[in-house]
Amino acid sequence: MKVKVISRNPDDYVRETKYDIQRVPRNYDPTLHPFEVCREYTRALNATKLDRVFAKPFLASLDGHRDGVNCMAKHATSLATLLSGSCDGEVKVWNLTKHECVRTLQAHEGFVRGMVVRFCGTSFFTVGDDKTIKQWKMEAPGYGEEEEPINTILGKTVFTGLDHHREEGLFATCGQQVDIWDEQRSSPIRSFTWGVDSFSSVHFNPVETELLASCASDRSIVLYDMRESTPLKKVIMTMRSNTLCWNPMEAYYFTASNEDYNLYTYDMRYLEKPIMVHMDHVSAVLDVDYSPTGKEFVSASFDKTIRIFPKDSDRSREVYHTKRMQHVICVKWSADSKYVLSGSDEMNIRLWKANASEKLGVLSLREKQAINYNQKLREKFQYHPQVRRITKHRHLPKALHHQRKELQVMKEARRRKERNVRKHSKPGSVPVVSEKEKHIVAVLE
Amino acid sequence: MAKVVEKKSAKRRVKKRSKGIKEKPEVAYDEEEEETITSEEEEEEKDGEDERKHRKLLEAISSLGGPRRKRVAERSEASVQMSEFTVTTAGEAGDQIDLSELIGTVEQTPGGPSKTAKQLKNLQRIKKTIESPLSKQQSQKIQRAVAFQKASAEVSRWSGVIRQHQRAEQLVFPLNQDPSGPKPMEKVVMGWKARTPLEEEIFSLLTANKQPIDDPVLTPADEASVRAMSLEEAKIRRAELQKNRALQSYYEARARREKRIKSKKFHKVQNKGKKKEFLRRFEEMVKTDPAAALEELSKMELARMQERMSLKHQNSGKWARSKAVMAKYDQEARRAMQEQLEVHKELTERVVQKEEEEEEEEEEEKLPEIVNDAEHGGDSSNPWMRGKLTQEPREEQKGDSAELTGQEEQEEQQEEQSVGLQQEEEEQQEEQQEEQEQEEEEEEELLLRQFQSRRKVRQEQFHPGPEEAPLEEAELLDQEHTGDVHLVEAPPPAGAPPPAGAPPPTETVAPVRKRKRRRGIELKEVLTKGTVEVQAPLPLSVEEDQDREEVQDREQVQDQRGLIREAFAGDDVVSDFLKDKTAQEDAAKPKLVDLTLPGWGEWGGVGLQPSRSKRKRFRVRAPPPASRKDTKLPAVIISEKRNGGVGVHQVSTLPFPFENQEQFESTIRVPTGRTWNTERTVRKVTKPRVVTQLGSIIQPMAREELLKDRRQKTVAMATRKL
Repeated sequence: MKVKVISRNPDDYVRETKYDIQRVPRNYDPTLHPFEVCREYTRALNATKLDRVFAKPFLASLDGHRDGVNCMAKHATSLATLLSGSCDGEVKVWNLTKHECVRTLQAHEGFVRGMVVRFCGTSFFTVGDDKTIKQWKMEAPGYGEEEEPINTILGKTVFTGLDHHREEGLFATCGQQVDIWDEQRSSPIRSFTWGVDSFSSVHFNPVETELLASCASDRSIVLYDMRESTPLKKVIMTMRSNTLCWNPMEAYYFTASNEDYNLYTYDMRYLEKPIMVHMDHVSAVLDVDYSPTGKEFVSASFDKTIRIFPKDSDRSREVYHTKRMQHVICVKWSADSKYVLSGSDEMNIRLWKANASEKLGVLSLREKQAINYNQKLREKFQYHPQVRRITKHRHLPKALHHQRKELQVMKEARRRKERNVRKHSKPGSVPVVSEKEKHIVAVLE
Repeated sequence: MAKVVEKKSAKRRVKKRSKGIKEKPEVAYDEEEEETITSEEEEEEKDGEDERKHRKLLEAISSLGGPRRKRVAERSEASVQMSEFTVTTAGEAGDQIDLSELIGTVEQTPGGPSKTAKQLKNLQRIKKTIESPLSKQQSQKIQRAVAFQKASAEVSRWSGVIRQHQRAEQLVFPLNQDPSGPKPMEKVVMGWKARTPLEEEIFSLLTANKQPIDDPVLTPADEASVRAMSLEEAKIRRAELQKNRALQSYYEARARREKRIKSKKFHKVQNKGKKKEFLRRFEEMVKTDPAAALEELSKMELARMQERMSLKHQNSGKWARSKAVMAKYDQEARRAMQEQLEVHKELTERVVQKEEEEEEEEEEEKLPEIVNDAEHGGDSSNPWMRGKLTQEPREEQKGDSAELTGQEEQEEQQEEQSVGLQQEEEEQQEEQQEEQEQEEEEEEELLLRQFQSRRKVRQEQFHPGPEEAPLEEAELLDQEHTGDVHLVEAPPPAGAPPPAGAPPPTETVAPVRKRKRRRGIELKEVLTKGTVEVQAPLPLSVEEDQDREEVQDREQVQDQRGLIREAFAGDDVVSDFLKDKTAQEDAAKPKLVDLTLPGWGEWGGVGLQPSRSKRKRFRVRAPPPASRKDTKLPAVIISEKRNGGVGVHQVSTLPFPFENQEQFESTIRVPTGRTWNTERTVRKVTKPRVVTQLGSIIQPMAREELLKDRRQKTVAMATRKL
């Protein structure tokens, strides 16, 4: 008798190691796998839900300051180091991985107004209410040594902001005027004024490093070129801008945080009209910082929240708040674009994840693939009402929620009134002004 | 210019005047003194005051004019007033020279160039005033505008890079990363140094020859030559390479074409030609170059050895086996095999023939007996017996084959009979049951018949071919009882080709099927669309068995079928479906609305019907319904009602970036998951837009990116030009 046995090549079904995935032969014939849209939709819905389930952005709170945190600075070369200055003139250096303060120094009397780390990361500058600019060493003084600045410059007026050039030993301060300083000199090498007496912040363009922008108290944003003797251009808005931040990847875009609850992204070549108005906050926006990828930015507001906006979207994609977090004064996006740091009135610095549901740490290949696939699905089905509902839903504190509603009502009322006025007046006499144009008063040359 | 000169001279005059005044006071003082002498005492005091005021005024006026003059020191030294070169920066009054004076001298001097004199005259003649300089605000505004233009132009250089980044499918940050993965050896070893004298020696040798230390693609010499190669040279080289490539591809194509020629004759002729050529050459060689001939001979010997070692030409390959199968029927195949063996023989033949006898024996063994066998027809029905050479001893089989085949056949027949009997018994039992149910199911059958007729109509519509339609019909019927039928069916008749198409359904089976249709569950009716029938289902493998075990197996299978039948007894999917469909059709039909009021305008009461005319008048007939879409689709229900539950999940408006509905739908319709796509596609499609690395600092964009962009552009331009 002959016995016929089906024989297979073991290579087709035996794993090399036990950690390998079982090989599954697949047939991609579409008739065998029907209902692809429905199935993918279900997957997308599940992915969206899971995304919300795993959204736990809050990582740590760093406490230790004895007054509100007024400014922060990222270390230029070390991701784990953060510097923060408080309203009592104290500067603290933090180790973010250990969540602890490694150094404390009394830098100024009164507020620490501005702080910036030199591009090499070996020293940092602070300005304070005591009309001084101080340069400090990054490493702590040795045993027995006194904590003393490397350099102190006495100014005539109070400095309110500070930024360092990206490649050269130059820095800019603002106060009564915008000054450009050489690190080696005790007087500014150049100062700019343009009919204003008070500037709130100044920032170097990180890409075109000779350009600067500042926010002034006359509700204006002023552009400068370090090489020229005069400022370049000025745009006056309906309300004052608090701070601004340049996009680190796109040379001519910057975003300004405004008192009128909005943020404005400008193309510096066309100041007549912002390219995007970002609305969602319900109180003055105090600080803004771009993600190092230049795709998103984070904003801190007086309404006790921080929000993350995609750079080309008018609405935020994320809002972070906790019960104890008060007015957020400063915010920074970490240099690896994974974290967000916020310093607030109630003396704490908080560490958040930039993507609320991201799994941190090393991922296996399959995890990565699954994450990518889910992301793609969410992107693909983002316009479907159920998916959108779940992605957009955020819980807000009651007060905030009501304020938001109230604002909506006010806005609607204004809109209605304008519409009525237009209806009852001569056609063409009440022109339609777009939201983008509405907030610009004048552009001065 | 003249104006300026005039102004200057005017200033001079003022200065002069002031000097004059300065000198004056003394004079004036004298006069006043005289006056005081003449005036009264009261006036004297007044005058004194006036005098002081006047002096002050004068001083003030004098101080106004021009740069402060050096006051004459009381003690004077020559060195201060007179320099060594007898030129003072600011001499005493009257020392300074006016332009007009100079011009005067120019005119007077006869040797002076007339040209300059003319120019000067012209200058003097022009009386126009120069425009006053702009105000500070205005000039600054202009400055700002210029500076802004410059800055914005500078910034605009980035627009290309920015656009590229915005459009990029994937951005990996940090931007200027070293490519991951293994680095070339040179880079890794760069820091390594030779220490021992031997190493140094080797290195010096290598470096002297410019030999690559490791194994790079290009040696340093190559790289240098590449660098040195001019554009023209590069072009020539490129053309050369192109030509080579074209030639190569041409020869390849030719070879492929020749290979593809199926004509055996062609190949035979070619081979023969080659052989002849070779022989001719060999003979020549023997005469001319015996050494080479010897070599050839040794080569042949080697070929022989290899042939003896290998299984080539031994009828053991795939081709040979396939031929062996056919050998029984096909003269050609047999001959082919013989030829192969001959080739083998030829190759293994020794020049000195010693082991001839042995080899022959070997050959005999290698030869499959079927090749030499007379055709035996008995067991041709058995696929296992048809071909396939095995290593089992043949002699027994040869002897017994005839008997065996006879036995097999008998047993098979027996088996079939038993199976048939079993089935008949089953059927009888079932019939009894069915009779009880028959009354209930008559309705269903009616529906079924309707269904079948509709299907027939439809199939005829779609398959107008006269042969296909009944065939499919048969298939359809077949599906319902595949298992059973195949068990009953006899194996295909001996000698017939293996079943390729559908087996012709015999009429004798048909009535049995019809009866069976009424039985509880019909497994294959779940999906009524025609599916491709598998020709050799599991029970067919029984053919070879001669044991009881197999029969038991079959019983088990049948048991299972019975079990399933029992489990699903009562759900007749098809009839349910048809019922459902008719119900839906009925529900969708518009209803007749009867608005007659009994007793209105006539007598009413129990048992009295409204008059016929009235009924006719007040009965509202609804318009006939639009034809249903599924009237001609027997196996489908198309409902055109809106489903409220689904609406929640549907997109109501066209989302922003899309321009029309089709565009949006196409993006949704294409699946991305690995259920529908290959691994590579999935990976490509689900690539994330932005990739960042945990723990690596992302620096702002550097100027190098701009340079890179420019370089790319220039390269693109250059290629376009080429």
